[in-house]
Amino acid sequence: MSAVRLYTWQRLTAVLMVPLIAVHLIIIIYATNRGLSAAEILGRTRGSIAWGLYYSLFVVAASIHGAIGVRGVAREWLGWRETALDRLMWIFGVVLLVLGLRAVIAVVAL
Amino acid sequence: MSSAAETMIDVRVWRGGEEGEYQSFSVPRRDSQTVLDVVTWIQRNADPTLAYRFACRVGVCGSCAMTVNGRPRWTCRTHVSKVVEDGRLEIGPLANLPVIRDLAADMSPFFDKWQKAEGTFVPSRTRHEPLETISPESAERQAADAAIECINCGVCYAACDTVRWSPEYFGPAALNRSWSLVNDVRDAGNLKRLAAAASNGGCHNCHSHQSCEQLCPKGLNPTASIAGLKRRTMQAYIRGEIS
Amino acid sequence: MSARPHTTGYRGDRLWIAAMVHRVSGVLLAAFLPLHFLVLGLAIRGEAELDGFLQWTKSPLVKFAEIGLVLLLAIHLLGGIRVLVIENMPWRDGQKRMATLAAVAAVGIAGVFLIALL
Repeated sequence: MSAVRLYTWQRLTAVLMVPLIAVHLIIIIYATNRGLSAAEILGRTRGSIAWGLYYSLFVVAASIHGAIGVRGVAREWLGWRETALDRLMWIFGVVLLVLGLRAVIAVVAL
Repeated sequence: MSSAAETMIDVRVWRGGEEGEYQSFSVPRRDSQTVLDVVTWIQRNADPTLAYRFACRVGVCGSCAMTVNGRPRWTCRTHVSKVVEDGRLEIGPLANLPVIRDLAADMSPFFDKWQKAEGTFVPSRTRHEPLETISPESAERQAADAAIECINCGVCYAACDTVRWSPEYFGPAALNRSWSLVNDVRDAGNLKRLAAAASNGGCHNCHSHQSCEQLCPKGLNPTASIAGLKRRTMQAYIRGEIS
Repeated sequence: MSARPHTTGYRGDRLWIAAMVHRVSGVLLAAFLPLHFLVLGLAIRGEAELDGFLQWTKSPLVKFAEIGLVLLLAIHLLGGIRVLVIENMPWRDGQKRMATLAAVAAVGIAGVFLIALL
């Protein structure tokens, strides 16, 4: 994949995640303040389309962003070549996407 | 010849090529002494086989760039008093470049990358057409002027971590030159130039560490130039002009 | 004796440290994220499973790790904003001061989390 294409996807997902992370940090602080039992968490997320959309978007963006980021580090610090780098990126991205969406379903679906 | 009270500097100088060792010399300290003065003293008084480069010795040509106590700098513009640590100096060839011998690095890869980054002017008019008038106040001309004073000394290239990590990266100087041409409205080569800047060796390697901007002896800002290239290549990519 | 010339490059400047910290925080977050998703996925098997794990998370060691993670996230966010500003906005001087402020802000966010935990 071309350098400019990877860069564009990385930066766009980054910009998208700035507000998503800000909200996430506030949630974390709020949730830990109130006590972190499963019932507490799931009580808020179960059946909520809003939370479902929010977290799905977050997972997709984070998977793309993290995969491209890790690819860059492997290229510069491990000296891997293009094919290995692409493989790493796709596998890691898909793993994050699958685990992430599974987690979203776990906390949102009834 | 030196008086008993004369201060000496312990100078370690790289000898050899890619492999070699640091050799120690004891050099008399003088007022207003520069690192180039130190190297010259060694070659004239201690060891005539020491290889090093200089030309103007007054800070306009960029030939005397070397690694001094870990940093790339112009040795003719580096006062010993500013860099000596505990009476010691360590001098080596410019980093990120092949070593020819001792303190002389091979600048060929540096200039090759300038070419690869399409850092050459491509004319859009012939001699039969009227001269194109460029206002010095225009935004593009100001951007080009801010980048144009580069004399290709290699200090930024030697300082850059990403050049060290990625052998194919064009580096700050080549991309800075590219940016000055991208902003030259007389130039007709931007498609090829942006494609080069968007390639594997191009501007997207840069992580904005800003070592280049910190160390450029001419006060240039390759990080900003590269940021400009990132914006232009992203626009060109989204518009489908490059892939 | 055969060695290589010292070519460590120029490092140690505040902005260089900011870039390195940003990168390392990204790698650590990338390592953490799959675990985070797996834990949340435990909710699929029912509340009891998630609760069992959450009891474990109340231990001090885990709390300490959580503070670290919030710090990593805040650092990575602020470092990323630094990059976005450099790449897309007119050049600013005084970045070293901004980098220091960002570091303070990141610690501040982690501190708020710490207080929330206690």
